[in-house]
Amino acid sequence: MAETHSLQDMRQQAAVAAKVFIQRDYTKGTVCQFQTKFPSELETRIDKQQFEETVQTLNNLYAEAEKLGSQSYVEGCLACLTAYTIFLCMETHYEKVLKKIAKYIQEQNDKIYAPRGLLLTDPIERGLRVIEVTIFEDRSLTR
Amino acid sequence: MITRKVRKWEKLPGKNTFCCDGRVMMARQKGVFYLTLFLIVGTCSLFFAFECPYLAVHLSPAIPVFAALLFLFVIAMLLRTSFSDPGVLPRALPEEATFIEMEIEAANGNVPTGQRPPPRIRNVQINNQIVKLKYCYTCKIFRPPRASHCSICDNCVDRFDHHCPWVGNCVGKRNYRFFYMFTLSLSLLTIYIFTFDIIHVVMRKYPVSHLSNQKEQTCRRIVLVCFFTLWSVVGLTGFHTYLISLNQTTNEDIKGSWSGKNRVQNPYSHKNIIKNCCEVLCGPVYPSVLDRRGLMQEDSSVSATSAAPSSFSSSNPVSQTTKTTAPLIPNEHTPDDAKPSIAASAETSAPPKDEVPPAPKVPPLASPETDAEASIVKDKAH
Repeated sequence: MAETHSLQDMRQQAAVAAKVFIQRDYTKGTVCQFQTKFPSELETRIDKQQFEETVQTLNNLYAEAEKLGSQSYVEGCLACLTAYTIFLCMETHYEKVLKKIAKYIQEQNDKIYAPRGLLLTDPIERGLRVIEVTIFEDRSLTR
Repeated sequence: MITRKVRKWEKLPGKNTFCCDGRVMMARQKGVFYLTLFLIVGTCSLFFAFECPYLAVHLSPAIPVFAALLFLFVIAMLLRTSFSDPGVLPRALPEEATFIEMEIEAANGNVPTGQRPPPRIRNVQINNQIVKLKYCYTCKIFRPPRASHCSICDNCVDRFDHHCPWVGNCVGKRNYRFFYMFTLSLSLLTIYIFTFDIIHVVMRKYPVSHLSNQKEQTCRRIVLVCFFTLWSVVGLTGFHTYLISLNQTTNEDIKGSWSGKNRVQNPYSHKNIIKNCCEVLCGPVYPSVLDRRGLMQEDSSVSATSAAPSSFSSSNPVSQTTKTTAPLIPNEHTPDDAKPSIAASAETSAPPKDEVPPAPKVPPLASPETDAEASIVKDKAH
């Protein structure tokens, strides 16, 4: 795909100007949520609305992964009865959502962030602690 | 310069040992874990060998079958607890660490020379309760709420409960339910064996035929082991059931974080026993954030030694001895940290590990119990 090709090109050719780290938001407890506050370093690069929407969607996806509902209880009880061997053949709900999140981030990078010289790193690669936003140097954008 | 591909677990900092190419993760000291395995497997073997034939014939063949199923469940839970990642938080990469340092310096403003900069704490409000997030100097992150640094494994662990030498691993967010299932099923197994031991001995005492001396001795030994195990394991299961119903960790219980002083209450509790139990035991199964089996490039000419942590790590080595007969972790790296404790009254004092001259910008730790020690050591160093 032309878009991913240009993304990889950019990663290899463009120099990294800065990195911004979106921290976790613990006001709702230990569930995985990220702060939607717009960092000042990105002001010149991307629309505040757009960025907040991305983070909010990620937050919603993580909330879905950690939701305590009937599905998670059934999964938990069933797993316990099988001495947790069921996870050798079945994927957990959390893992399924993580795959969704990875796909979403890839999509957002391709469509929105790469053309603006930015790159979002999947939080799972940083221990679910931060969303790392890499800001590439401006010269790669002058086209 | 030769680059080769290595698995990420080979380059992970911390004091864990890995087996099966990164699939298994344990603490460094495994001696007590082998003892646990030996005690469980040994006692059950004796039970199956010497008592089950008699019981199967004279009472019911279902007895050894149920015992075997229970035994397999216990072993499965033990291995699951011991071999899985407890919820280790990976250390901050250099850029992230620098970013956080810059944020801290910006928040502190100008500190006049000679004055100690303020402790690195972030306050966050959770459920109308102010929770303090402490900075970990080893991992270079602000610890999430309920996380703690284990000095034995040298990792920050999410929802840190305690480091259990009996399972040879930390007990944290990812393996707490396996640990609880292990203690619960072990209690049931011990009670089961104990009961049938007694029944067996009683039946043998008033029989028609005469019991051989050797078999009687074995029965008595099993009864003895079971008796001592019973009180400690059942006690531990009871303690953890209490903790689960209140949604607390052993670490919080020992430190008295939510004991009710100064009107502090546990902000994580749902105030409903059933909901708390459901969350802890039947909640989502969290994936490991440590990519152990991922591949990475390694340059063999580059010396990949990371400098020793330049400041004191706020470690909470709550080493829980659950059985009355065991010694505590003989850890050659942190001999002062692990103090033997049977009851939940372990002191969590963390003396500094390295005698490194403190950099002027390094503030002392935030926790009250380490502040005094840190200041004493700093004064001595100056």
